[in-house]
Amino acid sequence: MKRIRKIHVLVLALVAALLVPAAGVSRGNGTSLPTKIGKGEGSLNLIEWSAYSDPSFANKFEKQTGCTIHRKDAGSSNEMVALMRAGGGGGGGQYDLVSASGDASLRLIYGGDVQPVNVNLIPSWKDFLPAFKSPAHNTVKGVHYGVSVQWGPNTLIYNTQKVKPAPTGWGDIYSGKYKGKLTVPNNPIQIADAALYLEQTKPSLGIKDPYELTKSQLDATVSLLKQQKPLLKRYWNYATDEITSFKNGDVWMGAGWPYQTLQLQGAKAPIKEIVPLPTTGWADTWMLAKKAPHPNCAYMWMKYVTTPQVEAKQALVFGETPVNPKACPYMNKIEAGSCAKYHLNEPASYYSKIKFWKTPVAQCGWQPGNDCMDYSAWQRAWTEITG
Amino acid sequence: MTVDVQAPPGAGPPIRRARLRFGAAVWRRPWLKAIGLLGPPTVAFCVVYLGALAALLVSSFWTVNSFTGELVHQWTLDNYRIIFSLSDPTYLRIAGRTIGIAAAVTITDALLAFPLAYFMARVATPRLRGLLFIMVVLPLWSSYLVRIYAWQTILSGGGALDWSLGKIGLPAANIAYSNWAMWLVFSYVWLPFMVLPVYGALERIPHSYIEASRDLGARGSRTLRSVILPLALPGIVAGSIFTFSLTLGDFITPLLIGGTNSTFIGNVVYENIGINANVPFAAALATIPVAVMGVYLVIARRLGAFDAL
Amino acid sequence: MEARATRVGLWIWTAFVIAFLWVPLVLIGVYAFNKSNVQSWPIPGWTTHWFSVAWHDPDVRDSLWLSVKVGLIATTIALTLGSMAAFAIHRFRFFGRESVSFLLVLPIALPGIITGMALNSFYVFAGISFSIWTIVIGHATFCVVVVYNNVLARLRRTAPSLYEASMDLGADGWQTFRYVTWPVISTALISGALLAFALSFDEVIVTTFTAGAQTTLPIFILDNLRQGQQLPVINVVALVVIVLTTIPVAIAQRLTRETGILRTE
Repeated sequence: MKRIRKIHVLVLALVAALLVPAAGVSRGNGTSLPTKIGKGEGSLNLIEWSAYSDPSFANKFEKQTGCTIHRKDAGSSNEMVALMRAGGGGGGGQYDLVSASGDASLRLIYGGDVQPVNVNLIPSWKDFLPAFKSPAHNTVKGVHYGVSVQWGPNTLIYNTQKVKPAPTGWGDIYSGKYKGKLTVPNNPIQIADAALYLEQTKPSLGIKDPYELTKSQLDATVSLLKQQKPLLKRYWNYATDEITSFKNGDVWMGAGWPYQTLQLQGAKAPIKEIVPLPTTGWADTWMLAKKAPHPNCAYMWMKYVTTPQVEAKQALVFGETPVNPKACPYMNKIEAGSCAKYHLNEPASYYSKIKFWKTPVAQCGWQPGNDCMDYSAWQRAWTEITG
Repeated sequence: MTVDVQAPPGAGPPIRRARLRFGAAVWRRPWLKAIGLLGPPTVAFCVVYLGALAALLVSSFWTVNSFTGELVHQWTLDNYRIIFSLSDPTYLRIAGRTIGIAAAVTITDALLAFPLAYFMARVATPRLRGLLFIMVVLPLWSSYLVRIYAWQTILSGGGALDWSLGKIGLPAANIAYSNWAMWLVFSYVWLPFMVLPVYGALERIPHSYIEASRDLGARGSRTLRSVILPLALPGIVAGSIFTFSLTLGDFITPLLIGGTNSTFIGNVVYENIGINANVPFAAALATIPVAVMGVYLVIARRLGAFDAL
Repeated sequence: MEARATRVGLWIWTAFVIAFLWVPLVLIGVYAFNKSNVQSWPIPGWTTHWFSVAWHDPDVRDSLWLSVKVGLIATTIALTLGSMAAFAIHRFRFFGRESVSFLLVLPIALPGIITGMALNSFYVFAGISFSIWTIVIGHATFCVVVVYNNVLARLRRTAPSLYEASMDLGADGWQTFRYVTWPVISTALISGALLAFALSFDEVIVTTFTAGAQTTLPIFILDNLRQGQQLPVINVVALVVIVLTTIPVAIAQRLTRETGILRTE
């Protein structure tokens, strides 16, 4: 009898699990923004780049607010989008925040996976560098879908013992000099890097913005990337892939982030990087999932990580640059000269040389009409190149 | 057998009588029991699995609004047109590579497994056989991911392969991140799936068959060709279902081991589901492995492989 | 019986293939004691440090516990549905009987990515949010066939006269089951359950499509392979899992006379 009862319970539980629809509270379309941060829900579920809630600064937050952080580290922008869209989208009622980069953020906004955020509840927001207050990658028609957190340039990483003389610009990863020893990211947004290179080297194509390409401009970029393919050792999928490949000598030069360089230099590998300008770059945004189960803890987190002290700490843990210039003295306090090293003290003109990742859409910014190729076209083109 | 013979039918407490009556009723109407037994698994299976598969097939004839990511319920062959386009054979190339590597892996595994299985079944002492069996099965139980990753460290620069080659004075093999590496790793991870059924099939061959063949004057190679191989074939085919299908549906090995020309159907499907939220396109692409495996399974069943599973 | 040269050849081949199967596993075992967290060869020194790191890592514990839970529940479902189907197929002749084996084998014979995406879109369509149960359903779908094959093979080898004798001696259905059928199939159930659990415990492709924020052990391993921060911990976990599974594999082997993949029967 007892056994039968257990099976009954099991079956009932199974049926219940099948029938109960998404348990997440669905909030309205964001027509009514919260006007104050309520009491914490005790829990906060993040989809993040690894170390974006590093215990060195997150522990204090957990103690202060009572919000226990559960992390899901994503390896790529694509994975972030996939995680947010799992379970019916909007974070599936499981996740609260995602630290989306610019190549993912618009997809999440247009896909309805994130909800508007009231930036007035984030006191540090007004201190942000102007470029990061309402950037095109997280603000649509004046509606904010999150708060910027950090940014960094895409860099050219090389092995100082193998690559001599040192590289001077992006041209080196398109030339055959180091054939079979090169690597670039396995990410459709990599098309923009090639487009930016063509914008410099082939003005006749008329590329105005590396993220807004017409059919013919995209085709030209694709053919450049197809020529590049035989020169590559591999496309790296995750930052670790690239670190490993540099460490064991499979790769001598490649496109990456300061994060990889820091990790490699920390492991005493003979690695350096340059930032040839202009370059592409990324800027990350903490975005609030549409079905966030713990919105108050989420707001508290956005408020916490944008404060100057925390911005400084995170910047030096990951190897990136704060969006809040007030972090500068705190950075220098942790590591002398780091504020300048990470370009937080640059004039506004510097930022115009860094083309931040944004999701390509059909509507070109530089000409009327919908002649530009959207992200799904980029994705298809990337499959065509790599597949 | 301990069978309760105390109480004759119709005697005993009412519960037992009821049980007997119920038993008899069911015994007389076997279909009742058949429905009772087969009902739950069939319903569960049909609803969850076949339902899902069918829905997938249907959705492959729809499209997705590229801007909002919403499904457009309009019948179209566009997805298939893109996949089977001859002017841009990207997807055909990917499908061909996937199927080709799956076939290569299957053949490699059959070649590796047959002599081993033959040794286990017909040469080894029972004790050694038991040990070999465990040595073949244990790798199957250890994490598949860890085994892939082990190869990643072996093959990459500064790994165990280059080190061993260096020791015997050979240059580095340099096969990390290539389709060769994928072929090797796939063959490795699925090998036990081939050994077990081939061993099972070989073990079941009565020894008298082989003696008879020899008595009739057949040499070793002739016995192998005309007696052993045909009888082992169901086992080989059963194993090949796994080596082939598991390779066909993988997307993790290409990510961890693959090079610049290693995209698999699985990778494109995974990207289209998770990232583009383009389920219809993924579904259309997935019909290729489904069709391939469907044909494969029908042939495998003809060859008697299902009894060797 | 075989010619001497053939036997020597078979010996060498066997040794070669077994070495091929085991060298990577041995390497993982060695790396678990690696002093450095760089996976180069040969390793620079030995340490047991990573064992204590793994033991104290809450993520390792949580994911291990989740995998065990999922494995147990999926195995239970597979035992119930799989043996029911096996009894029905063994006992009755009906239209479509031949296709049942074919259908049950589909979830494991079709590529995992198909099963995964089919279930994924089913959940999304039905508005089911991801939980441990969505993982369990996914695993149970392909575990059923394992139990089914084991039980069916055992039933086929058992003489039907046993059941008839039991009935003739006046046993009711329950008694026949308890005293005749059960002793016959119990070891088949055990080996089926072990295999089902093993399949579930190591599954990652279907799970990536059916798990939300839940992290099973394979998902944890995959995440860490990609992020690469805790590779030594992964080595330790892998080594411990290999050592622990030796026991059930040895048991399964004891209960075994013939072999296939989906049954040790």
